[in-house]
Amino acid sequence: MNARLVMAAGLAAALAVPYLVRSDFWLGFLITVLLFAVMGMAWNILGGYAGQFSFGHAAFFGTGAYAAAVLHIGFGLNPWLGLAVAALAGGLVALVIGYLSFRYGLRGSYFALITLAFAEVLRILANWAEFTGGGVGLYVPLKVGIANLQFSGKTGYYYVALGFAVLSLAVGWALEHSRLGAQLMAIRENEDAAQALGVDTFACKLKAIALSGALTGIGGGFYTHYYLYIDPGIAYGPGVSVEILLVPIIGGLGTVFGPLLGSAVLHGAGELARRLMGDAPGLNLIFYGVLLIVMVRFMPEGLMGLVWRLRHRWRRVADA
Amino acid sequence: MLEVSGLTRRFGGLLAVADASLHVPAGSIVALVGPNGAGKTTLFAMISGFVPSDSGKVVFAGEDVTGLGPHVICARGLVRTFQVVQPFGRLSVRENVAVGTHLRVADRREALARATAVAERVGMGHLLDRPAQALTVAGRKRLELARALATEPRLLLLDEVMAGLNPTEMTEMIRIVRGIRDGGVTVFLIEHVMQAVASLAERVHVLNQGRLIAEGAPAEIARMPEVVEAYLGHGVAERMTAQAAGGAR
Repeated sequence: MNARLVMAAGLAAALAVPYLVRSDFWLGFLITVLLFAVMGMAWNILGGYAGQFSFGHAAFFGTGAYAAAVLHIGFGLNPWLGLAVAALAGGLVALVIGYLSFRYGLRGSYFALITLAFAEVLRILANWAEFTGGGVGLYVPLKVGIANLQFSGKTGYYYVALGFAVLSLAVGWALEHSRLGAQLMAIRENEDAAQALGVDTFACKLKAIALSGALTGIGGGFYTHYYLYIDPGIAYGPGVSVEILLVPIIGGLGTVFGPLLGSAVLHGAGELARRLMGDAPGLNLIFYGVLLIVMVRFMPEGLMGLVWRLRHRWRRVADA
Repeated sequence: MLEVSGLTRRFGGLLAVADASLHVPAGSIVALVGPNGAGKTTLFAMISGFVPSDSGKVVFAGEDVTGLGPHVICARGLVRTFQVVQPFGRLSVRENVAVGTHLRVADRREALARATAVAERVGMGHLLDRPAQALTVAGRKRLELARALATEPRLLLLDEVMAGLNPTEMTEMIRIVRGIRDGGVTVFLIEHVMQAVASLAERVHVLNQGRLIAEGAPAEIARMPEVVEAYLGHGVAERMTAQAAGGAR
C-alpha cells in the first residue's frame, strides 16, 4: 500500500518534470539517465537475476541502433516501427550469441569474454560493411514530427525515454513474480542444483539473454533517433558495454529499482567529475573504472543493498 | 520402478562403475552402500542424467531414460539430492523449495504456497524466511530433501542425507524418510551410517571398486564375507570366521 503510493508519487513527479525543469541541459541529462536505466535493467535480467555477466551488451545496443538507422534511412521505415525492429534485432543477435555460448556450457569469465569478443567482431564488421556507412557512420535526416520520432525540444524525447523506463521496471517486477524469475535466480545461485530440480537451464538462459537483448536493442534504436547519428565506435565500442553493466552493479544486482537508481548516481557522479576535472577524452572511462572498484570492494550489494540496510536499521530504531 | 542394467563409466583409466545392474521395486526403500570411492555417487549421477554412461541402460517406470538431460528425468519423476548440499544460498528456504514446486505449477503464488506446505512436512516450518546460507548442516540436509520432494517425484535418490547429523537429528531424518515412502514415493539411498540403513532399507546393494558385489537384506549383507572384506580388507573375513569357529570350540 505504502509502496504503491510512493511509486504513484514518483511517476507523477516524473511526468511533471518537463514543466518544472526548463533547462535543456538537465532534461538531456535525465534522458540519458532513463535510457541507461532501461539498458541497465536489460543487463540486470541476464547478469543480476540469471548471474550471467556480459561484457558485450554493445552487441545488442549497436544492432538495435543500426537496425533503426539502416531501415529508416535506406527503406523509409517508420521510426516507431523501427524501435520494434530494433528490439527484434537485438533479441535475435542475443539468441545467436546465447545459443553458441550456453550450448557449449560457457560460464563466468568465459561467458564475459565471448560476449566481449562478439561485440568487437560486430564493431569491425560495421566498420567494414557498406550499408552501415563504414567508419563514417550514418546520419538520420532531420524531419521533425511525432510520427517521425523527432521533436523540436527535449520534452518529447524525455517522455519516450520515460515510457521505456516504466516498461523496463514493469518487466523487472513481472520477472520477480514469475516462474522464469525464480528459475533464473536458482541458476545464478547454483546451476547444478537448479538442473536437478527440473529447471531447463539452457532454455531459461536463452530466454533471459533474448529478453535482455531486446530491451537493449530498444535502447540502441532510441539512441539513433535521439542523436540522429551512429558510428561503429559508439554502437559497438566497449564504452557502452561498460556503461550498461555499471548501472545495475552500482544500483543493486537482481533488484527492480537498482538500475534506475544506479543510472542516476552513475551519470550524476559522471557529470560532477566532468565539471571538476574537465572533459579530457577517456577521463570518463577512468572514472568508471574507479567507481567499479569502489563499488565491488565496499558495496557488493549496490545502493539498493544500502537502502535496504538503512531502512532495516530505521525500523529497528522506530520499534525501540 | 527403476531398472539399471550394465551401466558402465570410465574416467580416463579409472573404471568408476563397471557393469552395474540392479532393480528398485516400486514402494520400497533400497540402499546402496560401499566404501569411499566405490562409485556410488557416480552411479547416482548416471541414473539421474548428470553424468553420461559409456554403456548400459536406465529404465525408469517402464521408459528408457538413458542419455536424457537431468531436467527431463526430473520432470518424469526421478529426482536426486546432492551429497555435498547445494542450497541456493541467498534465497530463503521458501524460495529454495519453490524452485522445486515450480516444476509442476507456473503460478508464483501457488508455487510459494505449495513450497510452504512441503517445508512444513519436513519440519522446516519455522525457518521459511531464513536465507539458506544461514542454516545449520542439519537444516541444509533437510532443505535438500524438501526441494527434491517439491518436484513431486515418484523415485527419490538420496545421497547421504544422514552424514553430519547427530543421533537426535538422525532419528528425525529416518522418520521423515519413512514418511516419504509411506506417502507413495520410492526411495533409493546411498548411506554410510549402517544403523540408518538397517532401520530403513528392505534391500541393500553393495558397491566396491565400481562393481556390485552383493545384494540382500541388511542383516544378511553384514554377514557376507565379500562385504566384510570390501570394508575391512582382504583376509579379514577368513580370520573372523576362524576366530568365531575357535570361540565355539
